[in-house]
Amino acid sequence: MADLSENLIEIRGLKYSRGPRAIFDDLDLTIKRGEITAIMGPSGTGKTTLLRLITRQLIPELGTIRIDGVDISRLNMAELYQMRQRFGMLFQNGALLTDLSVFENVAFPLREHTKLTNRLIRHVVLTKLHAVGLRGAADMSPAELSGGMARRVALARAMVMDPDILIYDEPFVGLDPISMGVIVRLVRRMNDALGITSIIVSHDVEEISTVADRSFLLSHGKVAASGSPDELRDAPSELVRQFMHGMADGPVAFHFDAPGYEEQLLGRDSE
Amino acid sequence: MSKILREFYDTGVEFARTFGAFQLFFMRLLRHSPRILVSRLDLVIKQVFNSGSLSLVIIMVSGLFVGGVLGLQGYSNLARFNAEDAVGVFAAFGLVKELGPVITALLFAGRAGTSLASEIGLMKATDQLSAMEMMAVNPVPRVLVPRFLGGVIAMPFLAAIFSMIGLLGTHLVAVELLSVDVGAFWQQMQITVDIDDINEGIFKSFVFGVAASLIAVWEGYNAIPTAEGVGRATTRTVVITAIAVLVFDFMITALMI
Ligand SMILES: Nc1ncnc2c1ncn2[C@@H]1O[C@H](COP(=O)(O)OP(=O)(O)O)[C@@H](O)[C@H]1O
Ligand SMILES: [Mg+2]
Repeated sequence: MADLSENLIEIRGLKYSRGPRAIFDDLDLTIKRGEITAIMGPSGTGKTTLLRLITRQLIPELGTIRIDGVDISRLNMAELYQMRQRFGMLFQNGALLTDLSVFENVAFPLREHTKLTNRLIRHVVLTKLHAVGLRGAADMSPAELSGGMARRVALARAMVMDPDILIYDEPFVGLDPISMGVIVRLVRRMNDALGITSIIVSHDVEEISTVADRSFLLSHGKVAASGSPDELRDAPSELVRQFMHGMADGPVAFHFDAPGYEEQLLGRDSE
Repeated sequence: MSKILREFYDTGVEFARTFGAFQLFFMRLLRHSPRILVSRLDLVIKQVFNSGSLSLVIIMVSGLFVGGVLGLQGYSNLARFNAEDAVGVFAAFGLVKELGPVITALLFAGRAGTSLASEIGLMKATDQLSAMEMMAVNPVPRVLVPRFLGGVIAMPFLAAIFSMIGLLGTHLVAVELLSVDVGAFWQQMQITVDIDDINEGIFKSFVFGVAASLIAVWEGYNAIPTAEGVGRATTRTVVITAIAVLVFDFMITALMI
């Protein structure tokens, strides 16, 4: 951790494919320390895949990913787990452990990695649950929670080990406006007060613009555009404008490749 | 022609690869087992009760009826040689050495095995295993090993319970219903069945416990992480376990004779 330059995560020349299709091809992306970075893009572009590559749940075919200057592909298992303790990750659907209560879910990392007394664990867990407004749900089981509540519990769990990097995969989907506002402010506050670096994946342009310091728009395996939300909004590129303003027509096809609509409906090519 | 050969070859390679991966997986579970047994015994005990309680009722009911059938069959066939008193011995050998371990393992696969496979498959499909990885907790020792060990430990007890309830069933049919002498029934059994017979039964149910738990955990862990994939994994668990148990049973019996 000697290298405290302002680049926390550097991705260079990344290539990754699923089957024959390259999801990323020669992708370069830099995440700066202490900032809130938004990663945007149409669904299916590989945003979740990118998060899994950054945390080495997946391994790239080509290219390097450096965290604090360390190439993560060189870490052994013990070093990898040590690195992961610096991360808190909020999965797209919460990923709460179904055989544990809400309280035990948040307590899970503490019980696995620390020797804190039960009293102390209780204190920490209830504080984190309070921060996401779900202290009252401590004894419920994950199955009893709505999608939005589960995501908030997962956020409490992601925060519980005081990580320096928090990763959010689609955190705003399915949240009501009130919880959305609370979460957005929480993300901002943690970032500023605790010096956390945040990476947020989202396709919610409006919401993300209010909170991100820097955004990357992914398309076709590369960064199509980057900059502050305002810069992106005014960008001249067709693709960026289409995405930022939610237009159906443009370089990003709304329709998956298909035969001609009229022909298929009229069954002309079906004999 | 060469196309068929080609396909055979590919299938063979695929099988060898899967089998190799399966063995490595088994080694991984074994490598973590001693440490988990010592430091996370609470997790293992929870799983022993989990898989034990899932299968207990069905095993008791089946044992009672299997024992009853042995009583009927034993009595009517042995009566031809005027040896109906030996029905207890007949049932005891059948239950302790064969039916106890085998039927228990098959019932275990259908009840506890499927539930293990689908639980683990769902944990995978809902990113719970990835979430553990991200919390720097290795899911192999934390999730898989306790479930594997739980099944291995539970199986001999379940088989013993099956055999005991089975003998009770034989007793009810032979003694209470067909009025075989109760003293002869139990005494002949006591004289004839010795510790080696019981050891054979225990050994078998231990091997079946390893096979059934290993297959369930493997299928769950390697399930395609979708609802359909998890469903397929549970079915495969039952089918593969049934075949494995019957093959192992034949091999062990052949070696012991
Ligand atoms: N386990 C998988 N197996 C095969 N293809 C996958 C798998 N996971 C994701 N993909 C494919 O990779 C692409 C990127 O997926 P993902 O990263 O989830 O996209 P996003 O999060 O941007 O919506 C998608 O086209 C998806 O079909
Ligand atoms: Mg995604």
